[in-house]
Amino acid sequence: MTTCAAVTWTRRRWLKAVVAAAAPAALGPAYRAAAAPREVVIKMTVKRFEFSRKTIVVKKGVPVVIEITSLDVPHGFAVPDFHARAEIVLPGKATQVRFTPDKTGEFPFLCDIFCGDKHEELEGRLIVRA
Amino acid sequence: MIRSKIDRRKFLKLAGVGGAVFASGLPGWAEAQGMAKTDDFLWVQLSDTHWGFQGPPNPDAGGTLQKAVAAVNELSPVPDFVIFTGDLTHTTDDPQERRRRLTQFKEIVAALKVKDVKFIPGEHDASLDRGKAYSEFFGPTHYTFDHKGVHFIVLDNVSDPAAALGDEQLAWFKADLARLDKDARIVVFTHRPLFDLAPQWDWATRDGAKAIEMLMSFKNATVFYGHIHQEHHHATGHIQHHAAKSLIFPLPAPGSQPKRAPLAWNPAQPYSGLGFRQVGAKPAANRFDLTEFPVVKNT
Repeated sequence: MTTCAAVTWTRRRWLKAVVAAAAPAALGPAYRAAAAPREVVIKMTVKRFEFSRKTIVVKKGVPVVIEITSLDVPHGFAVPDFHARAEIVLPGKATQVRFTPDKTGEFPFLCDIFCGDKHEELEGRLIVRA
Repeated sequence: MIRSKIDRRKFLKLAGVGGAVFASGLPGWAEAQGMAKTDDFLWVQLSDTHWGFQGPPNPDAGGTLQKAVAAVNELSPVPDFVIFTGDLTHTTDDPQERRRRLTQFKEIVAALKVKDVKFIPGEHDASLDRGKAYSEFFGPTHYTFDHKGVHFIVLDNVSDPAAALGDEQLAWFKADLARLDKDARIVVFTHRPLFDLAPQWDWATRDGAKAIEMLMSFKNATVFYGHIHQEHHHATGHIQHHAAKSLIFPLPAPGSQPKRAPLAWNPAQPYSGLGFRQVGAKPAANRFDLTEFPVVKNT
């Protein structure tokens, strides 16, 4: 009897383990989103010499996708403190820059492709909150 | 990239106040290696003249360059050559206006008594047309020359508006270095810093680390650049990088404030923060003595 009870208990435990392991696949993206924070997509535009958002507020640890489109000439977009950079931001074509802020504070973002007389003023602030 | 900041106390000891003198290099190293002696010589570095700029940061924007030319003409002994390390002109969207500014700039600096005058482009000169107008006036944007035992290499990190040297130029640079001895005396001129001085202010070169890496195996390599409108000294390993002052307006110390806005003109001390540099090259000792001069005396 002792042996039989041990087998039954083991089978239950095994089934529990199988269900637990299968849950993420069965529940799909919703389950995975609960495990890891979902990306936050921030859409913005840039033109000479202005970003449509001067300030971007995000949360520490939450992945960010900056989706940026130029309204005139090629521009750049970089957040050096998070090693995030677009190769180039072309007119009429959305460019995505992904990063996960891993520290709180206020950090500059800027255009790093020379775009004219006031290029040096084309910048904004990324605020990362806890 | 290997970085090391020059010890502040050592710098202050060398620099002094006003006409600062900065010694760069490894004095005595070449003699210890039994190298052949070469002639000492002087050159002058001027930078960031931004001809065409107008605004409160410099109420004498139309006269500062001429004053600098006059000040260089007073130097004694006369330097062997003069080099302008970029942003000769302030940028403009108008190609005709760009050429007009380049023409005027060239006419003004023709008054230099030193006739060996070299130029490199800055992003204000070259980034909007990938160096087209600049090249019409001053020729190639990257080149080499030799002078009294020193091999000079001009790198262009501005014609690409993304502030990159690019694979093609890096290959050219590599090939040029490949024919040099490892103990050759090498000076590199660029406009932007090759290292990441302040990427948050766009004070960097995207692929500058590759150029520095290529230089690392050479014992005697030094970089002179502009762009940041102030005197600055930094080392990546044994390679020294020296930034020159501007001749239009000074900028704040790297990352010292949120914005890289020009420092305000001081009516009580006009032209303060502006200036140019004389370099005393002592190739045999692998040493450069840097002397900073104001545009006008007592600034």
